[in-house]
Amino acid sequence: MGGHLNINHLTFLGQGALWTIGLSVIALIGGGIVGFAIALARISPLKSVRLASAVYVQLIQGTPLLVILFLGYFGLAAIGLKVSSLTAAGASLTLYVAAYLGEIWRGCIQSVPKSQWEAAEGLALSRTQRMMKVILPQAIRIATPPTVGFMVQIIKNTSLASVVGFVELMRSGQIVNNSLFEPFAIYAIIAVVYFAMCYPLSLFSQKLERRMGRGRSNLASA
Amino acid sequence: MQQSTPSPEPIVSLRDVQKSFGPLRVLDGVSFAVERGEVLAMIGRSGSGKSTALRCIDRFEKVDGGEIVVCGHRVDRPDVDLRALRQDVGIVFQSYNLFPHLTIEQNITLAPCAVKGMATSQAKDLARKVLAQVGLEEKLLAYPEQLSGGQQQRAAIARSLAMQPKVMLFDEVTSALDPELTAEVLRVIEQLAADGMTMVMVTHEMGFAKGIADRIVFMHRGKVHETGPASILTSPTTPELTQFVGTGNLKS
Repeated sequence: MGGHLNINHLTFLGQGALWTIGLSVIALIGGGIVGFAIALARISPLKSVRLASAVYVQLIQGTPLLVILFLGYFGLAAIGLKVSSLTAAGASLTLYVAAYLGEIWRGCIQSVPKSQWEAAEGLALSRTQRMMKVILPQAIRIATPPTVGFMVQIIKNTSLASVVGFVELMRSGQIVNNSLFEPFAIYAIIAVVYFAMCYPLSLFSQKLERRMGRGRSNLASA
Repeated sequence: MQQSTPSPEPIVSLRDVQKSFGPLRVLDGVSFAVERGEVLAMIGRSGSGKSTALRCIDRFEKVDGGEIVVCGHRVDRPDVDLRALRQDVGIVFQSYNLFPHLTIEQNITLAPCAVKGMATSQAKDLARKVLAQVGLEEKLLAYPEQLSGGQQQRAAIARSLAMQPKVMLFDEVTSALDPELTAEVLRVIEQLAADGMTMVMVTHEMGFAKGIADRIVFMHRGKVHETGPASILTSPTTPELTQFVGTGNLKS
């Protein structure tokens, strides 16, 4: 093969970039749903539920994402479940993201002052109503900046899915490089594309945080 | 669940209530009762157990022993219906605890709609009515942060009133306010008393307690040390209350 970088290569990289975004969205949605359940489980009145969710979080946070991806791809195959690289990567990232978002959100829920729970309790609201109508609306405001910030981590971490053969941006770069042998140029392009995806999110997160800072009195005092 | 009847049964009664936080005995055999329409003021030093006793009435604290009956609910029992209890009991806190993400109107209509299933339009009418009661009609659409401390506390009282409680608990509701704002909140509470609301309040405002309370409970080291009509504040019989009233008068 050999030759020069041409439009086909760039199209291929572009498709990889789209899959990076796609995988990030899958991880965010899946991890968000499971993570929300984890956050609620971590503050459950039932000790067993709290314990189980804490063990889950510690296990995932104490395991490299790379290992989780391998376990998802090769481990499931070993027990007879043939999964595609998209399924394996999506599921692994979901489990991984859930543990982190669950912890971030638990912290945000718990940072709503206890007096807000008491006031809601004093008004005879049920636990679900207290959570849905009083605590979560306040927790979501607190959670937005760190959640957007964590999305940057998700996007970057999807690059690890390349090791299970999922053709996202990183993997497509490797494939193009295998034919062109211009690693510096190609990985520089890839770095720029990752940066272009992550930097706006970082900026957005910082902007949200500043806005939060201004509105803090709105949350803390009353 | 026993219904409250117009019998002379008290609205709130505590009998030999015990409560410890770890090794610290906070309530050591507390007994008192509040009749319908009565205003009871609990006074005492910090740490004497008065706030804990108040919070036990609404079961924000679980008691270790003794009996608490509030509007027919056996609050000391583990199977007490908390939501039913808290519909009968309104509580107002020192730190107002309005919901900062909701307007004053939404703060007030939330519980009537969510708990009692009241229609939104009806709840809005109710919000206007209770806000008028505390003199804040014009703040209907404001957010809590846009209100002064005194206004926030009055809004919190209105929010409690909207649930039409049979008894109101006030936990040092003016302690975070300067004298001027304290006065506007106290005027609202005085009006409630005049309207016949049954109230239990923990307060450091001796002058106010003397003026409004039908009965004073002086708490000292987890016990009801002295109790009687408001006149005990001017002619206390125990040396502890004498000393407390002495220092209290200096403060106010």
